[in-house]
Amino acid sequence: MQAPREPLLSLRRITKVFGEGDATVQALRGVDLDVYPGEFVAIMGASGSGKSTAMNILGCLDAPTEGQYLVEGIPVESLPGDVLAALRNDRLGFVFQGFNLLPRTSALDNVELPLVYADVSASERRVRARRALAEVGLAGRERAHPNQLSGGQQQRVAIARALVNAPEVLLADEPTGNLDTRTSAEIMALLVALNRDRGITIVMVTHDTDIAAYAGRLVTFRDGLIVSDQPRAAP
Amino acid sequence: MRLATTTGLAVSALLRSKLRSLLTTLGVVIGVAAVIIMQSMGAGATAMVTGELSGMGSNMLMLMPGATQGMGGASLGAPLFTRDDLAAIGRECPAVRAASVMNVRSVRVVTGDENRSTNLYGVSPSYLEIRQWLTVMGRGLTEEDERQGAKVCVIGETNRIELFGSVDPIGAEIRVHDLACTVVGVLEPKGASTFGQDQDDLVLMPSTTYGRRIMGDDRIGVMMLSAVAEDRIDEAKAQVQSLMRQRRRVLEGEDDDFTVRDMRELIAIMGTITGVLTSLLAGVAAISLVVGGIGIMNIMLVSVTERTREIGIRLAVGARARDILAQFLVEAVVLSLAGGMLGLLLGAVGSYAASRVLDLPFSLPPMAAALAVGVSVVVGVLFGVFPARKAAHLRPIVALRFE
Repeated sequence: MQAPREPLLSLRRITKVFGEGDATVQALRGVDLDVYPGEFVAIMGASGSGKSTAMNILGCLDAPTEGQYLVEGIPVESLPGDVLAALRNDRLGFVFQGFNLLPRTSALDNVELPLVYADVSASERRVRARRALAEVGLAGRERAHPNQLSGGQQQRVAIARALVNAPEVLLADEPTGNLDTRTSAEIMALLVALNRDRGITIVMVTHDTDIAAYAGRLVTFRDGLIVSDQPRAAP
Repeated sequence: MRLATTTGLAVSALLRSKLRSLLTTLGVVIGVAAVIIMQSMGAGATAMVTGELSGMGSNMLMLMPGATQGMGGASLGAPLFTRDDLAAIGRECPAVRAASVMNVRSVRVVTGDENRSTNLYGVSPSYLEIRQWLTVMGRGLTEEDERQGAKVCVIGETNRIELFGSVDPIGAEIRVHDLACTVVGVLEPKGASTFGQDQDDLVLMPSTTYGRRIMGDDRIGVMMLSAVAEDRIDEAKAQVQSLMRQRRRVLEGEDDDFTVRDMRELIAIMGTITGVLTSLLAGVAAISLVVGGIGIMNIMLVSVTERTREIGIRLAVGARARDILAQFLVEAVVLSLAGGMLGLLLGAVGSYAASRVLDLPFSLPPMAAALAVGVSVVVGVLFGVFPARKAAHLRPIVALRFE
């Protein structure tokens, strides 16, 4: 164990209820989780265990019903919308199962998107987006539209988009869920390299133990609660 | 996000679905074009009326009984003028060149087997000179005719065609309100007035004949006068006014019980009338602009729903609510501004074509053009704000999950 550090992200007694009246579903029932800088955390659990809900709260895409979410000790619910947007823009990067690229928009333009909202000049956007695409191995495909790219390539574009603003945290929700085994392995190798070489903190949701094995820490959800949280030896 | 970036984004989004963008903005195109065409035709009609009235003789004056009333002529009930008044004007108003009776009524005229209704004018011999109107066949009315109360008449082009066709009318006899008259002249055709009235549908006869034989009343309803020169109109007007006040015994401090108008006033009045008509038509056209705006709002709402995922993605990568608001608002404004420009073009072409067909002078008031384009921007903002706000206030996760 290293010396005690401040957690980068912390969930405190988080609950989340969906729906109203008789149809309510309690997705999270009081979750505590600390993520430290430089960690690679895999979150596992069956569908409906609350792992994706926790992920959305970590990404400031959704707000908890009760409890507190702190980023570097600052409670997120106290932040105005524009600050949250800035947080999503330059501190957090997202990778989704369904890639979530803008259709009919080139890979380069997709990767530039976070920079557009960060008020980066057009010429610098171009340079940084090209670099990010090159880092994920897509140099030469800048002009391709998502429908001209394979699933693995689309996920690489999404990773480049997540990285282009040099975030501290990468949040990946089933990043390999739509990919075959070989492509999955390539994507995971990319994530591991980002974590190891650039010190980017990664939180990844998956239901695949082979994928979870790439992470340094495994958190398991069941029925809206964390049932196990253990470190793993790096592969 | 910068405005230039947002605008670029909006333009490329709109170009991605060209047909839909075009159809969406069609309402604004038609609205703006309609406003432009109405304004242009209104301006054309005003120019035409003005031209027509000046063509009637720019140093012409009109004397009517009754106090001046607003836009229209004069109020009823005041005593008519007499032949002595007419003679007095000729004697005592040096700035007046000529004065003519102009009594009008509707009559039936009959020749052989033709029989129609027309306007009968009882006028002095100087009438045609005051109106700057020529005869194309025969002669006008003479002092001789006037003195004798001769049973002669001069007919307008419409009556010549309707009553005589290809037959020479000079010397022929027509019955005007049961009075047999000899046609001595035919007037130069003037065509329809701006308000569609046929100016050639008339018969002129000496005012004495009209007064004694048709009406049995020799008083004078309206007098047409001409000033000796255009720059002496005001002088002529003042002389007539003071003479009439004296002759009609209007007391000091009382209003005139008659009205003297010059052509400039008539032109101004006509301008007001065509102005009101133009505003009315433009108002109707403006409604279609509002309908166009609603069309934009409708499609923008659909577009927001369709692009919910896109909005989710943008929010996830750090778009602020106001970035999304700006994106959709600018899209709506670009759409309606493009519609405004297209409408301006269409309106210009349309009003040119209309001016050709209707034989009106063509003019495109720059104010109307600027207004139409300005209004189309306002329409874009007004009807774009609601869908844009709807988009901006989506919750990121709800937007991302939207199917």
